[in-house]
Amino acid sequence: MRVFLSCLICLFMSASLFMSASAQLTHSEINAKAREVNRALRCVVCQNQSIDESDAPLAVDMRKLVHRQISAGKSEDEVIAYMRETYGDYVLLKPPVQGNTLVLWFAPLLLLLAGLIWFVRSSRKGEEETP
Amino acid sequence: MIRALIPLLVFLGLGAFFAVGLTKDPSQLPSELINRPVPAFSLTELQDEQTVLDESLFAGRVSVLNVFGSWCTACLAEHPVLMGAAARKQAVMIGMDWRDSRKDGQAWLRAHGNPYSQIIFDEASQLAIKLGVTGAPESFIIDKSGHIRYKHTGIITHEDWAQRLHPLIERLKAE
Repeated sequence: MRVFLSCLICLFMSASLFMSASAQLTHSEINAKAREVNRALRCVVCQNQSIDESDAPLAVDMRKLVHRQISAGKSEDEVIAYMRETYGDYVLLKPPVQGNTLVLWFAPLLLLLAGLIWFVRSSRKGEEETP
Repeated sequence: MIRALIPLLVFLGLGAFFAVGLTKDPSQLPSELINRPVPAFSLTELQDEQTVLDESLFAGRVSVLNVFGSWCTACLAEHPVLMGAAARKQAVMIGMDWRDSRKDGQAWLRAHGNPYSQIIFDEASQLAIKLGVTGAPESFIIDKSGHIRYKHTGIITHEDWAQRLHPLIERLKAE
């Protein structure tokens, strides 16, 4: 019985150890995650830099906030959603595919298709005209 | 004949598209926070470190939240407008001293006058990021229920105040 109990206790202890280890991110993991978020967020005062690249004071504060939130256990998506809530879509360096960005995303493809059709049709005509 | 006009039409279409795009000021971002409550915060008062201010500051009255800093030269340009409005008791002015040192912020107000009834000291952009602030000066008009109703980016001129902000504040007071 004693052996069984001590085994049980050991099991619980190791389980709780394992759980705390998996819940807590290491420093480098936090930094890597924060870096990834930083790269996706626009520095809103410098138009075309991510907050990862910018030295603007606001970008520095935004980086700190990202780091704090990742340390607190938030996921990358949650942190990005938080920033998007206050700064809007503008804070995202990569525009999401949605209603008002359809033209942005698909116009190049349509233009390419139109160009190809035009090219094929005009080259066929050229062939017919040559004797 | 019509086929020959296609490139011209495409050019005109693109031209119109870009012409409209050029009239838009990319620094004027729409605020995501219009009609949303002031986010929760807990920061100290600039003049009095012991006083902690939070979002309840905006409950029950129409107020103007003005973001400034002693480092902000454009803020000096709108300062007389705020001073005038405060002197005429047209609105409750809440200041937010952003990315500043306590000493510099206090000295700036001593030198130029203090139109604010209370000043939130936001040294590390804690509230600024929650409010989506991109620069100073920037001002928010907040209604009695603590909801943000209007955002003004940049300097408030005498015309801005007389024609837009003050009438809006009076309208909100009547709500």
